[in-house]
Amino acid sequence: MSHHTGILVLGEIHENSLTTPSKELLAAGRGLADGLGYLLSIGIVGRDVKQASQDAICYGADQVLAIENPALENPQADLQLEALTRICQRSNPDIILLARTTAGRDLGPRIAARLNVGLAQDCLHLRIDPALKRLIARRPVYGGNAIAEVTCTQTPQMVSIRPKVYEPLEYDPSRTGEILTDSVDLDPSIDVVKLVEVIQDEKEGARLEDSRVVIAGGRGLGSSESFKHLEIIAQLLTAGLGASRAVVDAGWVPPHMQIGLTGKTISPDLYIAVGISGASQHMAGCSGAKTIVAINKDQNANIFNESLYGVVGDWEKILPSFTETLRELLE
Amino acid sequence: MPFRIIVLVKQVIDPEMPISAFQVDEGLQDVVTPPHVPPVLNGFDENAVEAALRIKDRQEAEITVVSLGQSFALDVIKKPLSMGCDNLVLVEDPSLSNTIDSTLTASLLASTVRKLGIPDLILCGRQASDWDNAQVPLMIAEFLNLPCITVAKHLEVAENLIVVQKHTPEGTYVLECPLPALVTVSNELGQPRYPTLRGIMAATRKQPTTWMTNDLDVASSDLEPRLKITDLYVPSTGGDCQFITGENEAEAGRLLALKLREAKLL
Repeated sequence: MSHHTGILVLGEIHENSLTTPSKELLAAGRGLADGLGYLLSIGIVGRDVKQASQDAICYGADQVLAIENPALENPQADLQLEALTRICQRSNPDIILLARTTAGRDLGPRIAARLNVGLAQDCLHLRIDPALKRLIARRPVYGGNAIAEVTCTQTPQMVSIRPKVYEPLEYDPSRTGEILTDSVDLDPSIDVVKLVEVIQDEKEGARLEDSRVVIAGGRGLGSSESFKHLEIIAQLLTAGLGASRAVVDAGWVPPHMQIGLTGKTISPDLYIAVGISGASQHMAGCSGAKTIVAINKDQNANIFNESLYGVVGDWEKILPSFTETLRELLE
Repeated sequence: MPFRIIVLVKQVIDPEMPISAFQVDEGLQDVVTPPHVPPVLNGFDENAVEAALRIKDRQEAEITVVSLGQSFALDVIKKPLSMGCDNLVLVEDPSLSNTIDSTLTASLLASTVRKLGIPDLILCGRQASDWDNAQVPLMIAEFLNLPCITVAKHLEVAENLIVVQKHTPEGTYVLECPLPALVTVSNELGQPRYPTLRGIMAATRKQPTTWMTNDLDVASSDLEPRLKITDLYVPSTGGDCQFITGENEAEAGRLLALKLREAKLL
C-alpha cells in the first residue's frame, strides 16, 4: 500500500499564463499544506508551460509537475486528461484540488473514475477534521437549498472548488520551488473527440462576469419584448443584462444570458432582479453579488430573502418611473 | 439493425416545490421526501429523452430507458415511455443510500449498461437537481471506455459518428466523435415533447424490467462508498429586505431609484 502524501493542485493555463482559478486553488492548497506539514505541488500541462510554472511558485506552490507538449494545447482534449492523470498517479498525493471551471467540470470526474475515488464537487470551504485527519468539504446541494459536508473514503481525496471562493495569495517573486518538466510521449490517437468548427454566436456584449452592475429578468416579465425595458436600464447604468433559466428555456433570450447553477456565476456590486422568484438554482449564480435589489409582484418570493431593497408590484408600472428617475439622476 | 440508444434517467424530488416545503432530517443526514409533493423526472434527463426521440424521428431506433433508485413512482418513471421510448429497465434497491456518491452510482449504471449490451449511443442529462454533481455520466464513460461529450444542445447521427453542438463562452462548439459514445444533454436542446395519448396507452401496457444490484456483475469493492456525508443542513437565510413603498407602484419605482443613489449603489 503506497504512502500518499502532499497536496496536488491541477492547474489550467490560458495563453501560456496560469489562470486565476488555478491561483485560487494554490491559496486553498497552501492553507491545507501548511496545516498538514505537506508539500504543495501543482500539475500543469500545455504547449508552453514555462511562464505558468514560474508564476505558480510565486503564487504559493512548492513544486511544479509539468508536462510540455505541443499536442496539449486544447484544454478540452482527451490528451490533457491523459497527461494530468499521469501526474496524479506518479505524484501519489493525499489530496487533489481542481477548480470547477468549464474544463475542470469534465476533467475532474474522469480523473476520479480513473483513480477509482470519489470527488466532492463544487466546494465552498475545506477543513481538516482533527480526529480523522481527513478533509471535510462543504458544498451546496439541492440547488443551494441545503449544505452538505462530505468526506472522501478513499485516497487521494479529490475536491473541486468553486471559482472566486478563495482569493489568490499575493504574488511573491522571492518564493523558490522546484519545477520538474517532462515532455512525455503522448499517443495522438487518444484524442477521439474532434473540434470541427466554432460558430460565433450573436454578440454577447460585455461579459456578465465582468460587469459591476447587472440587471436580469425572469418569468415575471411575461414575454421576450419586455426585455427591451431592461435593455434601456442596462444602457443607462452600463450594466450587464442577464436572465433566469426559465426565460432561456422559453426561448425569449439567448443562453449566454443565463445566470444560475448551470448558467453564469456573477458577483457584481449591484444585481437588480426583475420578475425573478429567486429559486435556489438561480441564487447559486448571483448570491455573490454585494447588493441585490428585487422587483417582484409576489411579496413571498424567495428573492426578497436575499435582497437589501425590494419593491413588491407590477414591473410594468414600476420600471418606467424608475428609469426616468435614473436618467435624471445620472445626467 | 435499428440504432440502439440507452437513456439514463433519475427520479428526483421536485426542484420547483416551494422552498418552505424543503426539509432535512439531520439525524438521517438526508433530505425528507415531501409527503405532498410528487417526485419528478430530473429536468435535464427529460432533455436527454427528447434528444433520443429526435434521433428516432429521423431514423429507425430503439430507445431503452434505464434508472437506478431506491423506490420508484411508476407513473413518473414511465413518462419516457409515454413520450415514445421503447423499453424501461429499473435497478431498484432500497439499500441504496443517498446518491451523492457518483462513483458508486456510475459503477452500478455502467454494469447495467454492460448487462444490456453497449448501445450505439448513451444519453444522460448533464446533472441531477438533487446533488448537482454532474459526475455520473463522465464516470460511466470512463468505466465503459467510451468517448464523452458534455452539455449538448444539438445532436446529429452520421455514419458511425455523432456530431454535437454545445454552447461555450467562446461560441458554439461543433464536435464529433466515433460511436459508440456517451453524450450529456443540456436545457439548450429545447423543450421536451409532451406524452401523446397513444404513448400513454402504450406505456400503461408495458412492464419495466426490474433488477436488484445483486443481479448486476459488480465487484463488491465497487459497492463501497467513496463519499460520505458527515453533516447536512438547511442554511439560515437573510431576510433583511427593506421594502420601498409609495402611493402607487410608479412612485415606488421613483423612490427605489432615489434610494439606490442615496446608498451610493449607482
